[in-house]
Amino acid sequence: MSFWNDPIRFVAEWLQGLLTGWGLNQSFADVLLALLGALLLITFSLVLAIFLVWVERKVVARFQDRLGPNRLGPFGLIQPFADIIKLLIKEDTTPAGADKFLYNLAPVLALASVLLLWAILPLASVIYGVDLNVALLYLIAAGALGTLAIIMGGWASNNKYALLGAFRMVATMISYEIPMVVALLIPTILAGTMSVRGIAEAQGSVWFFFLSPLAAVIFLISAVAELGRAPFDLNEAESEIIAGFHIEYSGMKFGLFYAGELLHAFTFGGFAALLFFGGYGGFFGLQNLPAFAWLNNPFVQTPVFMLKAMLGYWVIMWIKYTMPRVRIDHMLAFNWKFLTPLALVLLMVTAVLDRWLDGSNWYAAGLFFSNVVIAWLTIEILRAYGRKQRKAEAARLGSDCAQAGAQSAQQ
Amino acid sequence: MSIPLSWYLVLAAALFSIGLYGVLVRKNAIAILLGVELMLNAVNINLVAFWRYLDPAQMAGQAFAIIVFAVAAAEVAVGLALIIAVYRRRKTVVADEIDLMKW
Amino acid sequence: MTGAQIVFLVCAGLILGSAVMVVTARNLMHAAFWLIAALFGVAVLYALLEAGFMAVIQVVIYIGAIAIMFIFADMLTRREVRESRAQIGRNWPLAAFAGLSILTGLVALILGQPGVSRTASAIPAGVDPVAALGTALVSPDAYVLPFEVASVLLLAALVGAVYIAGIVKK
Repeated sequence: MSFWNDPIRFVAEWLQGLLTGWGLNQSFADVLLALLGALLLITFSLVLAIFLVWVERKVVARFQDRLGPNRLGPFGLIQPFADIIKLLIKEDTTPAGADKFLYNLAPVLALASVLLLWAILPLASVIYGVDLNVALLYLIAAGALGTLAIIMGGWASNNKYALLGAFRMVATMISYEIPMVVALLIPTILAGTMSVRGIAEAQGSVWFFFLSPLAAVIFLISAVAELGRAPFDLNEAESEIIAGFHIEYSGMKFGLFYAGELLHAFTFGGFAALLFFGGYGGFFGLQNLPAFAWLNNPFVQTPVFMLKAMLGYWVIMWIKYTMPRVRIDHMLAFNWKFLTPLALVLLMVTAVLDRWLDGSNWYAAGLFFSNVVIAWLTIEILRAYGRKQRKAEAARLGSDCAQAGAQSAQQ
Repeated sequence: MSIPLSWYLVLAAALFSIGLYGVLVRKNAIAILLGVELMLNAVNINLVAFWRYLDPAQMAGQAFAIIVFAVAAAEVAVGLALIIAVYRRRKTVVADEIDLMKW
Repeated sequence: MTGAQIVFLVCAGLILGSAVMVVTARNLMHAAFWLIAALFGVAVLYALLEAGFMAVIQVVIYIGAIAIMFIFADMLTRREVRESRAQIGRNWPLAAFAGLSILTGLVALILGQPGVSRTASAIPAGVDPVAALGTALVSPDAYVLPFEVASVLLLAALVGAVYIAGIVKK
């Protein structure tokens, strides 16, 4: 084992040798190293969040035909630090009648629920926090803590807009958790494991996106809803309830919510890359050839993974800055009447085909074709439904016109 | 795993008793349900502890605990729906005041 | 005292302290949030028992769904039971006596059993608890019947809750 093949373990073993050499207890050194690793991971993701502030502002500027931050440093790279200083020196207000403890706990929990996700996100085949065998359920559990943080902040703020925002957010998150869970089950079925590394390794020759593009789309939609980003940003909805659950937060407490949201978006980009686009590997079998063995090096895998995650994040931003906000009842109806049934049908078809075509040459083609058929059927059903509605509307308008004509004739 | 089984059992017994106290003493119907949740959790701790300490290859303990999860979810959904329905009609959630069979 | 024992004691303190707050807090919202703390402690206990699946499910179902539902119900019925009113019935000494006697009885019973001071042996190699649980829940000679009955129960609860709490249009 050398530094180039497994940098984290190399450094960890070196440090452990150093610590035990100083006369420390073996298990105590293990605990210390685990804490150090967690600290490293959290620091990495928080520094990344600072960078994401810049990325987000630059990209939204491009979408809106502006330049974005460009004064401080090259390409405005120093701008996020100015933002942080601004947030730090702002007055830290707590509304009268607020529940102080819960009010202060909510932003911490909101950021923590995102940082928890980084524990299971593998950056390379040897760089990961922990390889749980229930990793995808852990993803849902961390989302549940995020929901909790929002309802906590919304209630403790003692503000009706905050409470309304929290209500909407919780309704959204609880509803969209169902298609999300079902969409997560599809990579689980295809890979035969819930471990994130197992899923990444299973995509060595073909990405799950090609086996089940519909699942990727469902995952993306429910992820955007889970994030509370436009077009599902009912929880903030500046023009209706001002800023929703974080209306009363100022200074760095608001900053924690904001950093949490950006990091959450990037993390979901990372999970989309991991679950459907091969994660850190997935070079279509190239990495198994001796000439391309260097593709398995962590120093190649990590940039590849970050690039894929950034692309996923970019798609989420793209959706956010080009779509108008959806109304709350439309959004819930969309979930319960469209997304959830579609996800369940897809799950059943995938499960059956996965068993039936197991080991056959038609495995990938069959799964992809089943997705195409389901998508086509969905579109046909939607089209028929739309036509029926248009006809009913036309009939209603026609009878209205006829009545109006009859009335005017009487007069 | 240097923890004796009795620690888990005593903890579960204490949690169960606290939940029972809550169920008996609370006036608010929602708070009574909170106590019931504590009691169910105490049972689940026991089930999972027995699974781990007796025979980890036999999944009876965990399977039973999962059924308890399902029952708890169903109980909360129906219980809270009943409380909300009563609240709409009677404007009260105090269990003592909900004393008529029909209104 | 080993690391696992310290973790257990911290968790037990969190669980029991939060549980006492659940049954005594005047503000019902606080009681619900204390319940979440207690449930989280139980999830950590499951992780300590090497039942990772149970720990994650505990957070997803209890914290993510049940506790949130309690918070919603608290908010929807908040007007009547204010913090100023007594939250505890008059017979609380009787209830405390019942709780304490059950606790002492249970503890005496538990400590009197043979083998309660045993420690767990390691999970045998080749047994993956998650895979074993998954197989057990759907295999015909194990728990497929309870599993299906539970799903029917959940469906019935879903329909019933919607019917009872739904606003009937007349």
